[in-house]
Amino acid sequence: MTDSKYFTTTKKGEIFELKAELNSDKKEKKKEAVKKVIASMTVGKDVSALFPDVVNCMQTDNLELKKLVYLYLMNYAKSQPDMAIMAVNTFVKDCEDPNPLIRALAVRTMGCIRVDKITEYLCEPLRKCLKDEDPYVRKTAAVCVAKLHDINAQLVEDQGFLDTLKDLISDSNPMVVANAVAALSEIAESHPNSNLLDLNPQTINKLLTALNECTEWGQIFILDCLANYMPRDDRESQSICERVTPRLSHANSAVVLSAVKVLMKFMEMLPKDLDYYGTLLKKLAPPLVTLLSAEPELQYVALRNINLIVQKRPEILKHEMKVFFVKYNDPIYVKLEKLDIMIRLASQANIAQVLAELKEYATEVDVDFVRKAVRAIGRCAIKVEQSAERCVSTLLDLIQTKVNYVVQEAIVVIKDIFRKYPNKYESVIATLCENLDSLDEPEARAAMIWIVGEYAERIDNADELLESFLEGFHDESTQVQLQLLTAIVKLFLKKPTETQELVQQVLSLATQDSDNPDLRDRGYIYWRLLSTDPVAAKEVVLAEKPLISEETDLIEPTLLEELICHIGTLASVYHKPPSAFVEGSRGVQHKRIPARAGSGESAESSDVGQSGPSEAPPAVIPSQGDLLGDLLNLDLAPPTATVPSVQPSMQMGAMDLLGGGLDSLLGGDIGGSPSMGAGLGVAPAAMPTALGIAPAVGGVGMPTGSYVAPKTVWLPAMKAKGLEISGTFARRGGIIQMDLTLTNKAMSVMTDFAIQFNRNSFGLAPAGPLQVLTPLSPNQTIDVSLPLSTSGPVMKMEPLNNLQVAVKNNIDVFYFSCQYPLSLIFVEDGKMERQVFLATWKDIPNDNEAQFQIKDIHLNSDAASNKLQGSNIFTIAKRTVEGQDMLYQSVKLTNGIWVLAEMRIQTGNPNYTLSIKCRAPEVCQFVFLCYELVLKN
Amino acid sequence: MPNHPVPVPSSVLAALKNKTIHLSAAKMIHSLFLVNASGDIFLEKHWKSVVSRSVCDYFFEALERATEPENVPPVIPTPHHYLINVLRHRIYFVAVIQSEVPPLFVIEFLHRVVDTFQDYFGVCTEAAIKDNVVVVYELLEEMLDNGFPLATESNILKELIKPPTILRTVVNTITGSTNVGEQLPTGQLSVVPWRRTGVKYTNNEAYFDVIEEIDAIIDKSGSTITAEIQGVIDACVKLTGMPDLTLSFMNPRLLDDVSFHPCVRFKRWEAERILSFIPPDGNFRLLSYHVSSQNLVAIPVYVKHNISFREGSSQGRFELTLGPKQTMGKAVESVLVSSQLPRGVLNANLNPSQGTYTFDPVTKLLSWDVGKINPQKLPSLKGSMSLQAGASKPDENPTINIQFKIQQLAISGLKVNRLDMYGEKYKPFKGIKYMTKAGKFQVRT
Repeated sequence: MTDSKYFTTTKKGEIFELKAELNSDKKEKKKEAVKKVIASMTVGKDVSALFPDVVNCMQTDNLELKKLVYLYLMNYAKSQPDMAIMAVNTFVKDCEDPNPLIRALAVRTMGCIRVDKITEYLCEPLRKCLKDEDPYVRKTAAVCVAKLHDINAQLVEDQGFLDTLKDLISDSNPMVVANAVAALSEIAESHPNSNLLDLNPQTINKLLTALNECTEWGQIFILDCLANYMPRDDRESQSICERVTPRLSHANSAVVLSAVKVLMKFMEMLPKDLDYYGTLLKKLAPPLVTLLSAEPELQYVALRNINLIVQKRPEILKHEMKVFFVKYNDPIYVKLEKLDIMIRLASQANIAQVLAELKEYATEVDVDFVRKAVRAIGRCAIKVEQSAERCVSTLLDLIQTKVNYVVQEAIVVIKDIFRKYPNKYESVIATLCENLDSLDEPEARAAMIWIVGEYAERIDNADELLESFLEGFHDESTQVQLQLLTAIVKLFLKKPTETQELVQQVLSLATQDSDNPDLRDRGYIYWRLLSTDPVAAKEVVLAEKPLISEETDLIEPTLLEELICHIGTLASVYHKPPSAFVEGSRGVQHKRIPARAGSGESAESSDVGQSGPSEAPPAVIPSQGDLLGDLLNLDLAPPTATVPSVQPSMQMGAMDLLGGGLDSLLGGDIGGSPSMGAGLGVAPAAMPTALGIAPAVGGVGMPTGSYVAPKTVWLPAMKAKGLEISGTFARRGGIIQMDLTLTNKAMSVMTDFAIQFNRNSFGLAPAGPLQVLTPLSPNQTIDVSLPLSTSGPVMKMEPLNNLQVAVKNNIDVFYFSCQYPLSLIFVEDGKMERQVFLATWKDIPNDNEAQFQIKDIHLNSDAASNKLQGSNIFTIAKRTVEGQDMLYQSVKLTNGIWVLAEMRIQTGNPNYTLSIKCRAPEVCQFVFLCYELVLKN
Repeated sequence: MPNHPVPVPSSVLAALKNKTIHLSAAKMIHSLFLVNASGDIFLEKHWKSVVSRSVCDYFFEALERATEPENVPPVIPTPHHYLINVLRHRIYFVAVIQSEVPPLFVIEFLHRVVDTFQDYFGVCTEAAIKDNVVVVYELLEEMLDNGFPLATESNILKELIKPPTILRTVVNTITGSTNVGEQLPTGQLSVVPWRRTGVKYTNNEAYFDVIEEIDAIIDKSGSTITAEIQGVIDACVKLTGMPDLTLSFMNPRLLDDVSFHPCVRFKRWEAERILSFIPPDGNFRLLSYHVSSQNLVAIPVYVKHNISFREGSSQGRFELTLGPKQTMGKAVESVLVSSQLPRGVLNANLNPSQGTYTFDPVTKLLSWDVGKINPQKLPSLKGSMSLQAGASKPDENPTINIQFKIQQLAISGLKVNRLDMYGEKYKPFKGIKYMTKAGKFQVRT
């Protein structure tokens, strides 16, 4: 007597037989027939031909039969719209039924029939049901409004259903409130700018009350809605947090995670010295840990979110390392996520434990996991300096196992360790070289070759080793070929006498026998460099490498903030901006974490600050891609092309607009940061990736007190066929701008202006085209402000703050270089927490400390501190010892590098002493110059 | 006449644009597919428009790539949808969503579907689902409306749709009556939505099971790397009327990380550390708790092992002895040891001092059903493993997985103090049972 009998088919004319049964007089037979139809439907059989017969069964007082027919209707109404109309009358009648169950069922089903014609008939019953005396009907009707809106948005607005829905937020029944919120949220998603969910303290209070009493699903809707609210002050924020905290103990993990989202967002507003802030931090850890004992699918989503939380607030889970230890039968997707979080939580305190675990994982069976574990050891070495030695010896142990993929992975990470700690661990090179023959993966081969090239002077037989690779040069992958080329050139520059033949050989292999343009280009450039100016070649090829980032794969801060506001969503699982999850061009509002109390800036004013660059009119000037094309044309095919076409590009020197010449050569040379392996790109991983949210940099906004130097002439008219350019740099409200004055001192009109930057130390790049909309007549001057982003390609410059610029107009392309004050890239959120400051200060080796004197300043410490704050140099603490004021200050650069400073001011002494500490000591000098500049102006 | 392209009126363009917005506005759970172990879709349900089952091809691709059935990633992106799946009882429950929906929301809902099926049909298998396909369909329709969860509490569902029983099926067939409730579920809108009104029993009883699972990783040398306890209190309450219960503990401070059933009054717990609640009718989970690795967790068994291979020899040694450790004098029962031996092992020739063992030469899974541990005569499993001739020494170290049960013991030390009932006059039968089980209990070698 089971339903499986419905699946047995008779041989001939199944549909025909069903038709007969559906039209039977016997009630029982009818019901059985409908059940058979439904059964066929569930397995995907097409039974739409029975539509009229099934609809005929609808007029019944048997609730089960009615439900079954409704089920069928919902599935097939779309394909049979005309027939569906036949059902309308029964629906309308059912909406008046004395049984609330039937009223609700009818309005619910009608909403599911996605046929335009039906919607007209739906309006009246729906209106009644929204005001029904029974809350069960009201809550069903609320959802129905969302359904109707999905079918015909205009109709819903015209009929005033949205207002009725808003009224339901104040309903006495919590389930009705929850459903109204859910429906409004869904509708609001298709109207990003509408004021549908206009949250104010009163509605918030109603929601919080309903939160305690509604179902778990309703709680999720309400919490997600609360997360969009922007509390007025820290007190309101705290009171919401207090009322949301009990949700952390809910059995439904989705409720827990939504509550975590609300708390993570609102706690930003609480002053950190508040006791409650600390209490809240403590309360967040246990529920997150509990999520990890749930089913693996839940664990996975939880881990992806914990990954974000750990990046934002590592203190929450810093003592919970052990829960992330991998069990051998965890699914692979859980293992990989746990590993990632282990590295993020790794610190000096727990590194021994972490390394022991990682070593254990490296002997597991799953190859992907083992590889990632080995990589993790390398990341620990780079992250926790004290552990580097232990990590290296662990890696050497692993290399001794001779398990092929372990060895290869270990060599790749050792290369990164060499990058981070140059000249420290070369003693292991001998061991690495023993495994040369077993390397068959391009990344490992490339890494090994990089090591040999980099340390060529200390490896006696470097030439033999590299030569052995050269034999099968054409069978190697591009990555290896490029690396080999560079390594041999390095070797030649270091030991020119013995290796001339080798370098000849590789250059001819690269330039003559290869059909890979990248390889050929690099080969040619080396060749010319070596033949024209070996000194320059040395400077280029053996240049000092840029800093390697300590934390790899960090999510860029603005994206992280946005993702924190979207905890628990798909965006948070994929770590991609929420806008990526919306099909079509529907705008999505960027959610931001609210500003902390006392930061002195309301949300509105920072909005104004942000809208600046995005309001720029659409491009009238050719887009950057075209510009690059134009520049290339100009460069490579000058009208009087009497010299070989490669010549002009050589004259450009380091100025590189070929888009793949010199800098890609450098890029390959550098060996890549840990996250990128030995790839060509060299952007440190902490650089903002271009994700289309550039304007959101200045989340907090700032007073416009930053010092802007007067314009200076960068490009004299003499050198640029009559175009004179003077300019300066400014940072306004978190936006970097290059202010230019263009003067036409020539006799003819200038048009078609465009601008490009060469790669530079901090990735500065124009955020939009140069806005010179009208032609520049002779003797005319125009002021332009060009917004800059820091998401451009990176190359270390000498001096560090050097910027090489190319400006094009209808006459020619001109190059000049200028230097920007480093304060340009001091970000607004550069205020470090005291504790972190202390720890970081201690952590940075004393060798990195630089001392400076700032002379002739007549300011007291408060005035100085205010002035510096205007340029994003933040005073964290002040101490007065024996008439001497000590200011402790922090600065954060756009690429995430922190600079810490201690400024000593003695009353009556106009000379300040400044000590600067930074993990990248080369910036100290430039930070000092900023201090001087700001304090003296 | 040359064929000029006809300009499209802007109103049409606007309409077209609106169309795409319509398509993308659909929120929440769109469709559900059930897929069996052999990769066939055997049931589909659509709450909105019909999504072609070809969307599951992306799931099948992921399934093919996965080395083990449980390694299929839970969230799979496709060009127009996201697939969120859970694997339960060897059935994949694949939910289709079209835009941003909290994944945990979907996963929790799928769990609820699984629980409901199990509750209704006793088991959640392909056969059971097919046998009850109409009820399944009615349930799914009742659980979700337009993608919004509607009724997911078992108490409420059972009032709306009666679970199938052989007797009722017979009765229905004879009388022509139905298994769909005619009444609005009473709990649906009250302040205690989890409980129906008018409950009556002749025997009033309330039983509570305190069940703790130990998750632990023990290293080679026998020291604990991490150990934590997942505890639950499951209840079976059959009480007449609207009873109001309070449950107190001897040592409530153990419970600092808890998740409650919605019936528990949180404020009272915060203030007095007493569980106060009006219980749902029947079986439910009152609370679950977590005792973290930062507390000292007692480890009830120890393992002595020696699994070794010699270079150049085609034989390996295998020795394993189990013993009780911190069991507070209670017996360790239903012990089952399993281990994934290295791939190079061809066969194992072992001798158990008690129980039986099996070794699957294909999956290399060794499992030993030990039974009860007798502290006077410790169970052991000893013998040799044969390797492929000439193969090198395996480089992976097998991990030993142990399952066990200890009756009448909550290993965390949690103890119920008393259970009181208010609001009703009768005297109920009360009972508390304790049990400790191994969760993911692993010993590295």
